[in-house]
Amino acid sequence: MSTGKLNKKDGEYAHHFKNAEHEYTSSKEGVWIFLTSEILMFGGLFVAYFIYSNMYPEVFAEGSKSADWRLGFLNTVVLLFSSLTMALGIYYCQMNDRKKAVLNLGITILCGAIFMIVKYFEYSHKIHLGKMPGMWFSGDTHGIENLPLYFSFYFMMTGLHGIHVVAGMCLVGWVMIRANRGEFGPKYYTPVEGVGLFWHLIDLIWIFLFPLLYLV
Amino acid sequence: MASDHHIIPLTTYLKVFAALIGLTFLTVITAKGMDLSPINGAVAFTIAATKAGLVMAIFMHLWYDAKSNSIIIFGSFAFVLLLFVFCVIDIYTRIPVESTL
Repeated sequence: MSTGKLNKKDGEYAHHFKNAEHEYTSSKEGVWIFLTSEILMFGGLFVAYFIYSNMYPEVFAEGSKSADWRLGFLNTVVLLFSSLTMALGIYYCQMNDRKKAVLNLGITILCGAIFMIVKYFEYSHKIHLGKMPGMWFSGDTHGIENLPLYFSFYFMMTGLHGIHVVAGMCLVGWVMIRANRGEFGPKYYTPVEGVGLFWHLIDLIWIFLFPLLYLV
Repeated sequence: MASDHHIIPLTTYLKVFAALIGLTFLTVITAKGMDLSPINGAVAFTIAATKAGLVMAIFMHLWYDAKSNSIIIFGSFAFVLLLFVFCVIDIYTRIPVESTL
């Protein structure tokens, strides 16, 4: 795709870089800068969560009861495992083992799909009970006036995270296809590394979302 | 050259994964099995931060990476903290005086 006429796998690099290592570190730094914008976006939601959960602790205590922690736990394990297989996908590119790299990237996508299927069941259950954000709430408030506030946070945070999972699955699919074509090797695996960083960030955010929304 | 990159051994990845699963169990046990009511949130957050540290250091290769990447990402955490601190200062000094909430 974007490799153009350059044979990056054998160490060729774009002319505006000093060498292949320079191109690799520059590309990776670019991904890290992108990740900061992601952290600032989710950071706003986390700051709002901390302040509102401090103002209305009873809302968040009651709300988190309706989030089944066993499903959250399952999704945490699935995402952690997908992070491992993503890291192994990069590892096997470094080892020049095309088959195992493609296999691990495939498992990563599969885990993302399992995560989204579990999310689908959680969402449809909540929607069925009328546990919707803000003005759309029509369920039982259990005597807590501001209960819909919890569901505003729940759907906003897990929804934005879910969109990232879907985008991440597409990106992992893209590098999997390229890996399968044999475009990567020990000298060139920059796109796999970059997509990997994005996938791990998705995992990082879920690591915080799980205790905040399901356990506290 | 790119081929000289530090390659983290397979066993390290597996150990980190085992630690992450262990910490996930720990966070469930401390939240559901024990009553730590005043520091419940703090315990859960500390465990989550430990897990995040492991993912960043090993899975994201930050430990072996150029220092600039660490500075970039910890810079973003610092700015989220800044947002948090100013929001807290604003809300908890203003609202008791003239609450519109």
